[in-house]
Amino acid sequence: MNPKRKRRLIVALLVIAAATVAISLTVFALQQNMNYLYSPTEIDAGKAPPHHQFRLGGVVKEHSVVRDGQSLKVQFVVTDRFHDMPVVYTGILPDLFREGQSVIVTGHMDDGHFVGTEVLAKHDETYMPKEVADAIRKAQAAGRADPKHMTHPKGGS
Amino acid sequence: MLPELGQFALVLALLLATLQGVLPLLGAWRGSPAMMAVARPAAIGQALFVALAFGLLAYAFLHFDFSVAYVADNSNLALPWYYRFAAVWGAHEGSMLLWMLILNLWTLALAIFGTRLPEVFHARVLGVLGLLSVGFLLFILLTSNPFTRLLPPPLDGADLNPVLQDPGMTFHPPVLYMGYVGFSVAFAFSIAALLGGGLDKQWVRWARPWTNVAWGFLTLGIVAGSWWAYAELGWGGWWFWDPVENASFMPWLVGTALIHSQAITEKRGSLPAWTVLLSIFAFSLSLLGTFLVRSGVLTSVHSFAADPKRGVFILIYLCIVIGGSLLLYALRAPKVAGGKPFAPLSRETLLLIVNLLLTSAAAMVLLGTLFPLIGDAFGWGRISVGPPYFGSLFILLMAPAILLLPLGPFARWGRAEGRLLVRIGLQAAVSAVVLAGVLFAARMSGVPSWRAILGGLSSLYVIYGVLAFARKRWREAPRGRRYPAEMLGMLVAHFGVGIFLAGVLLTTALSVEHDIRMAPGQTETIGAYGFRFEGVTHTTGPNWKADQGAVQVLKNGHPLTVLHPQKRTYERGQVQTESAVEAGPMRDLYVALGEPLDNGAWAMRIYVKPFVRWLWGGGILMMIGGFIAAADRRFRLRREAQANASALHADRDPQPEGAQA
Repeated sequence: MNPKRKRRLIVALLVIAAATVAISLTVFALQQNMNYLYSPTEIDAGKAPPHHQFRLGGVVKEHSVVRDGQSLKVQFVVTDRFHDMPVVYTGILPDLFREGQSVIVTGHMDDGHFVGTEVLAKHDETYMPKEVADAIRKAQAAGRADPKHMTHPKGGS
Repeated sequence: MLPELGQFALVLALLLATLQGVLPLLGAWRGSPAMMAVARPAAIGQALFVALAFGLLAYAFLHFDFSVAYVADNSNLALPWYYRFAAVWGAHEGSMLLWMLILNLWTLALAIFGTRLPEVFHARVLGVLGLLSVGFLLFILLTSNPFTRLLPPPLDGADLNPVLQDPGMTFHPPVLYMGYVGFSVAFAFSIAALLGGGLDKQWVRWARPWTNVAWGFLTLGIVAGSWWAYAELGWGGWWFWDPVENASFMPWLVGTALIHSQAITEKRGSLPAWTVLLSIFAFSLSLLGTFLVRSGVLTSVHSFAADPKRGVFILIYLCIVIGGSLLLYALRAPKVAGGKPFAPLSRETLLLIVNLLLTSAAAMVLLGTLFPLIGDAFGWGRISVGPPYFGSLFILLMAPAILLLPLGPFARWGRAEGRLLVRIGLQAAVSAVVLAGVLFAARMSGVPSWRAILGGLSSLYVIYGVLAFARKRWREAPRGRRYPAEMLGMLVAHFGVGIFLAGVLLTTALSVEHDIRMAPGQTETIGAYGFRFEGVTHTTGPNWKADQGAVQVLKNGHPLTVLHPQKRTYERGQVQTESAVEAGPMRDLYVALGEPLDNGAWAMRIYVKPFVRWLWGGGILMMIGGFIAAADRRFRLRREAQANASALHADRDPQPEGAQA
């Protein structure tokens, strides 16, 4: 092999090695940090991972917010008007957090309730998962806001 | 009447842009000086008409013309005049107009100061910029017209998004756009070079100061955005890997690579094709950034409601610009490619490695930012990518770049001495370890975290390298030629990197953040600082009411200052947190109100953030470095001197290492 070709070969091998390392690291990092979004109905259907972190999307149920008197612990219920999910969170809630408004909570399941580590709230419907928005629209169309009477089995996708 | 005049001005600007985009390019192709001569007057006229439209929109805001839908949506009678003016770019339509105006200003500057360029090349550059204008003006007129009437006009308007009602916000978008759009110059130069079929070292020299200035503005825009998020979003963070931040960061990363590869191409004639490709990428990512932020494709704090018509237009525009330029590149690059070869160990190689790291980082950010869209399109569910993805990969990619940074200036063009570089690197590392040891021993009790150690070490390592090079020049170069502007700019910017590293890593490692419940009279202690909550009173502003807290800050028991964080409620009911910060070079004391609890107690954020100012300070130093380098006299050659100079320069180049950055 002449020196020029040899050098090219070395460069090519280095580039391939670097690309392989970069791609595998990226895929690994993506897998570790991908957060799926589920509605309470999907969690009820067993779609959410039991131990892994994910995001819970829905509406803060009216009259469900209960604060602890001593700390910043707060409990509330996230609903998609078909199923409810109790949430525990310790910390400061965002300015736009309101009962009846949509939220996305990042966290994990623990013994039947959701332990939140981060709460995002927005007036904007775009922050609401489409499935949840659709489910809520259906519920409103049915004119039955009280989720206890909602027995419609199909809420999510 | 006036708003219609504004719209009319935009239509006229579109006509002129079409002339500017078509005739000069045709003229350059057919060799017709008359057609090429259209470029300048068309560019100047277009700038005047867009400026007129912008002025009329500002006038409508300042005079409460709520018959204009955009004005009615984004301002009201109670909004102070300066925020009414800033509201011009407070939402989608107006910010597109601002983008357009800034493109016109850059084009105008090129039209006026570019007369020294070869006539054909100048015509092509202005033609390319004209075509960009055509697309943007069409976008504004067809989908995002800021002059649309609202009849009957409401008595009062809605409100400007309260997060935008902040002095920092009045200048963040214009500065950021100056950077984004500034890359259009390097882009137009590259396309013109590809059209002409040859890449002249000369055009790279001419494009360099423009790219440096654009990069400087972009840096400042990002710093301003980060600082604003820190002060205004009320949770004390300075970077969130939010899609919108990423949108501005990707062009910055590629732009940083571009200013370095332009230096290689201009000085050595090497890697011309790579420089052209980076110019295309930098501007494409700027376009993508603008649209990602404003189109609402990605949900984030900055996005506005999505309009499918806009989305389709944007997609077509991006396809034409990016696809077209890449196609042209594919066809013409073989003619451009080649350039001077260099040894495996040389300044070119070091710069190329850093270039690859920077572009990889940009690609990584791009993947993470668009991944939710990809996941959605493929039906994988609604996915978001967590900040650790960006954080960990970014550190991984940038660590080698930081290691190489002090060595670059010491490496010779063409062929570098390995021994010298190893020696410099070791010296820098040893000095960093010793200095960091002394500093930490003096300032700390207990074992600092690995982040703090890493921050101190990397910062000192970089700064040592910069100072060592400055010293070398001082000793070896003749008086008066020690620090040409270009090199001084490089030193200042690299010094800024060192300061930035210290800021980022020390803040991350040493910040103490207490989110707690505070009853009036209660004191929270963090280190030497005590924060006594004195309760909350009511206060009012021009268009808001607020709960204002009073927090007495004590240092070692002695009163230091009183902080007044606010929780504002604007007229339309939006709630906005205003943090209160006692700033200092070594630490920030940061207090923000969370939410009211019972018995006058509040949820509060009480943070002590050491060295947080340093990260913005580092960014500002980088910007200053960019501006200083752009001012180098070497870039401002007279026309007659040019031909000779470029020939001479090639021979003169293999001079003592690092004569020019």
